[in-house]
Amino acid sequence: MSVLKITAENFEAEVMSSDKPVLVDFYADWCGPCKMLAPVIEQVADERPDVKVCKVNVDEESALAARFGVMSIPTLVVIKGGEVAAQSLGAKPKGQILALLD
Amino acid sequence: MANEKIYDVLVIGGGPAGYTAALYAVRAGLSCLVIEKMSAGGQMCETMHIDNYPGLADTTDGFTLGAAMAAGAARFGAETVQAEVTSLDLSATPKTVLADSGSFAAHTVILATGATHRHMGLDRERELVGRGVGYCATCDGMFYRGRRVVVIGGGNSAVADALYLAGICEHVTLVHRRDTLRASKVHHAPLAACENVTLQLNSEVVRLMADERLTGVEIREKDTGRVFTLPCDGVFISIGRDPVTALVRDQLTLDETGYIVADETTKTDIPGVFAAGDVRTKPLRQIVTATADGATAAYFAEQYLQQNGL
Repeated sequence: MSVLKITAENFEAEVMSSDKPVLVDFYADWCGPCKMLAPVIEQVADERPDVKVCKVNVDEESALAARFGVMSIPTLVVIKGGEVAAQSLGAKPKGQILALLD
Repeated sequence: MANEKIYDVLVIGGGPAGYTAALYAVRAGLSCLVIEKMSAGGQMCETMHIDNYPGLADTTDGFTLGAAMAAGAARFGAETVQAEVTSLDLSATPKTVLADSGSFAAHTVILATGATHRHMGLDRERELVGRGVGYCATCDGMFYRGRRVVVIGGGNSAVADALYLAGICEHVTLVHRRDTLRASKVHHAPLAACENVTLQLNSEVVRLMADERLTGVEIREKDTGRVFTLPCDGVFISIGRDPVTALVRDQLTLDETGYIVADETTKTDIPGVFAAGDVRTKPLRQIVTATADGATAAYFAEQYLQQNGL
């Protein structure tokens, strides 16, 4: 599965109304640690078809970033049934991200 | 999953030291695997402008340079796996490394795990990360546009952070515990030219003030003993780094600050195990000294393999 890009338009349908747990990566193109994390996020998307893996560009979608109180990137948010189940800051290895999902 | 192959050289850490070691190893005809927990570049990835690495006609960013170093090593056959090392046995024959994706074996190991941000150890510091406390000004600075921030530290990174934030924030206070900055002279004039930067020398941040988010810091002036509160929206901590050596603490000699003791040969206490880059005891930690270590480590790894008929 590839990483789904989220905007204000598809946010409710893809994230809040998702049947599957959702992992959202808040990132920016100019953020080094975000770039480091990107291939790890892609691996998670490949390995976990039971999870919908998404990304939000905080420059383009500042309202979404504000809604989740994102003040540091990368920020990962896990959403289950429309509720925030876990949140984590900074680039993390895959094992720690998989642990967030459980 | 056990990997049957025994590599000539196994490099842990994909920063400048690690990928230079890999480049030199594969060009010497050795098989080499780099284990990197995220993607290439290491600490460089937090640097947006690299201007002190030779050969760059234009400025570059650390992520781009890291990716180029990885590609340069891969061009000659270096392999990379994305995995986090969980334990390693450096005295075994061959040496073994256990990672979250499986185990790996090698005749030589080059430790290039680098360093990471040092924490102040203040109350609530960890819970306020991302809610006012940060360690990467270039990552998080833009969330503090037009706000008032504090930078803690007096070295090159702290001053570079203060200069970067001065261009975004309403006001920056640089708090340093000594009476002079340790940063190189090249940074002093630009700092003095910033009208919205205040230096608070000989002072320490002793407390983080916060409700849900950071609201200010409590500062103690060392010579007068005066304690006062400085309201601010963000504090960036840039007080140095700690080496990433927890995995080898019981197997190698570390100095009192946790760095792996090794001289310019990069040789550690254990034959066939080398320490390259920021993780090693050394006077100057720069990209160029890390790459130099990588080349040296690969050279002595090759010598070790020859001398031991491996």
